[in-house]
Amino acid sequence: MKFLSQLISGISLGSIYSLIALGYTMVYGIAKMLNFAHGDVIMIGAFVVYTACVTAGLPAVVGVLIAIVFCTLLGVTIERFAYKPLRQATSLAVLITAIGVSYLLQNLALLIFGSDTKQFSSVVSLSAVTLADGQLTISGETIVTIIVSVIIMVSLYLFVNKTKPGKAMQAVSEDKGAAQLMGINVNGTIALTFAIGSGLAAIAGALLCSAYPALSPYTGAMPGIKAFVAAVFGGIGSIPGAMIGGIVLGIIENLSKGYISSQLSDAIVFAVLIIVLLVKPTGIMGKKINEKV
Amino acid sequence: MKLRKILAVVLALAMVFAFAACTKSDNGGKEDASGEANSNTAALSFANEGTIKIGSIGPLTGDAAQYGNAVKLGAELAVKEINAAGGINGYEVEFRMEDDVNDAEKSVTAYGTLKDWGMQMLMGTVTSTPCKAVSTEAEADNMFLLTPSGSSVDCIQPDVAFRVCFSDPNQGIVAANYIVDNALATKVAVIFNSSDTYSTGIKDTFVAEAATKGLEVVAQEAFTNDNATDFSAQITNIKASGAELVFMPIYYTPASLIMKQAKDAGFAPTYLGSDGIDGILGMDNIDTSLVEGLMYLTPFLESSTDEVTARFVTGFKSTYPDQTQYLNQFAADAYDAIYAIKAAAEKGNVTADMEISAVGDAMKAAMVEISVDGVTGSGITWSAEGEPTKTPRVAKIVNGKTEAA
Repeated sequence: MKFLSQLISGISLGSIYSLIALGYTMVYGIAKMLNFAHGDVIMIGAFVVYTACVTAGLPAVVGVLIAIVFCTLLGVTIERFAYKPLRQATSLAVLITAIGVSYLLQNLALLIFGSDTKQFSSVVSLSAVTLADGQLTISGETIVTIIVSVIIMVSLYLFVNKTKPGKAMQAVSEDKGAAQLMGINVNGTIALTFAIGSGLAAIAGALLCSAYPALSPYTGAMPGIKAFVAAVFGGIGSIPGAMIGGIVLGIIENLSKGYISSQLSDAIVFAVLIIVLLVKPTGIMGKKINEKV
Repeated sequence: MKLRKILAVVLALAMVFAFAACTKSDNGGKEDASGEANSNTAALSFANEGTIKIGSIGPLTGDAAQYGNAVKLGAELAVKEINAAGGINGYEVEFRMEDDVNDAEKSVTAYGTLKDWGMQMLMGTVTSTPCKAVSTEAEADNMFLLTPSGSSVDCIQPDVAFRVCFSDPNQGIVAANYIVDNALATKVAVIFNSSDTYSTGIKDTFVAEAATKGLEVVAQEAFTNDNATDFSAQITNIKASGAELVFMPIYYTPASLIMKQAKDAGFAPTYLGSDGIDGILGMDNIDTSLVEGLMYLTPFLESSTDEVTARFVTGFKSTYPDQTQYLNQFAADAYDAIYAIKAAAEKGNVTADMEISAVGDAMKAAMVEISVDGVTGSGITWSAEGEPTKTPRVAKIVNGKTEAA
């Protein structure tokens, strides 16, 4: 029963990593850049929900919707002003810019909301499920997080593979120049990617802070890094890979905390990552792409 | 050319003198102020001629100024009360505090200044790092030193040095005893931050003390600063261990997350925290139902109902109506420190004309014999090492407010 409980907590934590990892993986797959500000967009999303629900007293659903719209606009704005001018620059320059945007968002939040940790009110009203005479309790947040992650994953997968804008994304991902010659609006497609990734970040932020209700301007930093690891783990650029990577990461982290050592869990997670990358350098689901010469 | 040089030298000299004059007049101003303060207290009558001079050092300006100012006000309040009641051994008490800006070097300089003034004993210093430096000086002079708030272990190395607050790791001992004395639980779990010396120090002493008191520690779970959001694995282990009480020697942000996730997991133990938990009710949008029943050690509890605290709180509010922001544990520690000095000085028959070293010997011998009912704990006694033993104040959150447990 204890094992099952640890496993469920792991899956719950892993689903949040998956949701965040999706943002990294989509942007990397299409724009070939690591958007390190993604974790901070999550934090901004959580702050928008907090402001809407706690300060303004709006219902949770409305708060989350406002956050999705806000983060989508924020994502597109960041892309337009920070990344688009650097489209032809080296990937190092774009990476540094992303780190800069990350600090900008953190410090803006510090300026606006202050450094005090705020307690987040859960957006989930589902009550906990108790099984096996109270030995196993699954919280409402866990259930909702897992369900929401699966729904998003499936619909995103369908979107990319079955719709026209989705196919345009795949085309841009494979070859920007060729896609442009085929009449695809490359800039529009990249902006759309950022919009979707940032909208998802708002949902991830709301769920992250519902499960772990301490909100500060640094809330997004550590989950962001872990989710980036999850994305690499699953094979960066692959949508099912982000889901699998996130959940595997969450389970490994929780089981090593529960059974080996709560102090060594991070070391174990990263050791597993190194082993996986040594055996399969493209990650679990990553495709081997032949370098074009 | 030569003339110009001479002129420059003359002008420079003139400037130096001008500055010297400025500082002099500053000092003059200060002396006037203290002279006035003395003439106010002169209306009081004392049995004996002469004064007992207590010095203090702490940050009155700079980043840590709030600590020093609180100590100053707390100590001055106690001195005022003592003088109104006839002083110590019939002598008037004089108190003077120097600023060290929380800097060890400035603190040593301030110590020298106070010695020139005639300080016979030191109530200080306020912060740990300067305190270490000054305690070395005090040891050389055999100057009695009682720090109100220096919690670091090595603040009171010399045998002439004592403290009012608990040392950091000592909170672990106090917590274990509190659980045993009040029969709160027989099986306890500890969750601590392994990347923080404050937390691990308390946890180590707690576990050691629990073993000697027959308190069973069934789970010890750690987390790190980088890993302080998801506690579900630790909570599952603690729940499975059958612990009735969870001891949290940590700060309030992770504590609030632990309590929320334990609630989600259907686990409702008793919680006891160290003084790092203080402030949990100040979190924005805190869910008070979550922290209901949470207990934590605290050096000072304004709502405490005992007589000493009530006298201190009323006295502080009426004496400093504009400075109630300083009504905190530092003021309380200083208030207790002055009363402890009074008790020890009376026990050791300290007089106004005694030399520093003689005062040190008398105080050092008397400190281990006295017992003081203070704001920060009742029945405070001291060991020869200078560590206090006292019944700690324990705060409990009831209906969203802190009460004395």
